[in-house]
Amino acid sequence: MTEQNNEVSALAERLESGDRRAAARIISMLEDNDTGARDIIKAIYPKTGKAHIVGITGPPGAGKSTLADKLTRAVRASGRSVGVVAVDPTSPFTGGALLGDRVRMQDHFTDPEVFIRSMATRGWLGGLAKATKDVVKVMDAMGKDVIFVETVGAGQSEVSIIQAAHTSIVVEMPGLGDDIQAIKAGIMEIGDIFVVNKSDRADSARTVSEREMMLDLNQSKAAWRPPVLQTVARDNKGIEELLVKIDEHMVHLRDSGQLDDYFKKQVRAEFEDLLREELAKYMLEEYTAKNVLEKVLEKLERRELDPYSAVQQLMEPLCKK
Amino acid sequence: MPKKIRVLIAKPGLDGHDRGAKVVARALRDAGMEVIYTGLHQTPEQIVETAIQEDVDHIGLSLLSGAHMTLIPRVLELMKTNNMEDVTLSAGGIIPDEEAEMLKAQGVVGVYGPGTPTQEIVDFIKNTVKRK
Repeated sequence: MTEQNNEVSALAERLESGDRRAAARIISMLEDNDTGARDIIKAIYPKTGKAHIVGITGPPGAGKSTLADKLTRAVRASGRSVGVVAVDPTSPFTGGALLGDRVRMQDHFTDPEVFIRSMATRGWLGGLAKATKDVVKVMDAMGKDVIFVETVGAGQSEVSIIQAAHTSIVVEMPGLGDDIQAIKAGIMEIGDIFVVNKSDRADSARTVSEREMMLDLNQSKAAWRPPVLQTVARDNKGIEELLVKIDEHMVHLRDSGQLDDYFKKQVRAEFEDLLREELAKYMLEEYTAKNVLEKVLEKLERRELDPYSAVQQLMEPLCKK
Repeated sequence: MPKKIRVLIAKPGLDGHDRGAKVVARALRDAGMEVIYTGLHQTPEQIVETAIQEDVDHIGLSLLSGAHMTLIPRVLELMKTNNMEDVTLSAGGIIPDEEAEMLKAQGVVGVYGPGTPTQEIVDFIKNTVKRK
C-alpha cells in the first residue's frame, strides 16, 4: 500500500515537471481504472482548471482530426502549448479499437510542447470515453495551455463534449442533410462555433446559410451568437480565423461570468456522477455479500416483484435516519 | 477490468505500401487490442515519441523499402535512450532471414515475413507483451 502511494506521488511529481512518460503512464492507469488512479487525481486536482478546453465534434470524415492538427499548429505559432485527446470507438464485439486520429497529426509528434493521446471509448456512449475528462486533467496539470478534445465521429446525440469542454466546435461538411436536419435537437444545438469544413466543395455556401438560418431562429438573446465559419483544413484555409473565434469565446466566457457557472456545473456533474457510481457499486457489493441481491432478482424474474419496488426496498435502510 | 494491450503499428521510412500494416492492425483490433496507427513515412524519432505518449506495450514496424538495417536499430537505440525496457518491438515486411537473425540479436522480439498467418502475430504479441 505505502509502496503504491510512493509510486503515485513520484508519478505526480514527474508529471508536474512535464515528464511525458509519467503522463502517459498516469493516463493508462486512469483508462484501466487502476487502484492508483484516484490517488493520482487527488494529487493533481489542485493544479487543474487552467487550460482552455476546446471540443471538436461532428460526423465521421468531416475533418475533425485534420482541423485539430491545423489548429494545433496555429496555437503553437502563438507560443502556447497544446494537448490533444483523440477518441475513437471501441468494437462492441471484440473490445478492440483502431485509433487512427494521429495519422493527420504527424507534424507535431516530436514537438515537446505538444502531447497527443489516442483513447478508445471502451463501451462508453456520448462521444467520449469514461476517462476522457480525467485525461484532460492530466494534460491540464502538465501545464498545457490549450487542450483539444476530439470526439468519436458523432451522430445526432453524442453531446457529452459540452460537459468536458469550455468551447465546443461542431464540424460539418457541405451536402450532409438539409435545413430540417439543422433545426433538429441534439448536436446542432451544442456548437459555440460551427465550422463548415471542406468548403471548397459545391454546396458550401448553402450549408453555411442553412446553419445561419438555424441560429437566427434561436429565440434566446444570448450574448454569444455562434459564428459559422468556412474552412479547408487540408489546405490550412480559415484556420487563423477559427482560432481567433476560439480565443474570443474564452474571453466572452470570462467577461460574462459564464466561466464560473461552467466550473460550478462541471464540478457538480462530476461529483454527482462519481457519487452515483460509488453508491451503486457499494450497494451492489453489500447486497451481493448478504445474498439479498440474488433473491430479489429471482422475484423479479418470476414477476412477483417489479423493479421499482425492488429498488425501493433495498433503499429503505439507507433512507432511515 | 483487465488491462488492454496497446500496440503501435508504424511505417518508418519512405515506402508507400501500407496494406500489410493495415491487415495486421485490423487483426490485432479484432483480437481485442487497442491499435494506434500513425500512417506512412514516419521517422524513428516520431515512432518512439508516439510510443511514449500512447504508453504502448508493443511496437510493430512494417518495412518494405529495404532500409530495415538502418531504421530498426535506430528505433531500438531511441527506445534504450528513453528507458523503454517494458516495451517490445517486432518487425514485418521484406526482411531476409540472416538479417532477421541480426535484428533479433539486437533486441527485436519477432520478425514476420510475407504469408505469416495473422493469428500467429496476435498470439505472439499476447505472449511477449511484458505486463506492466
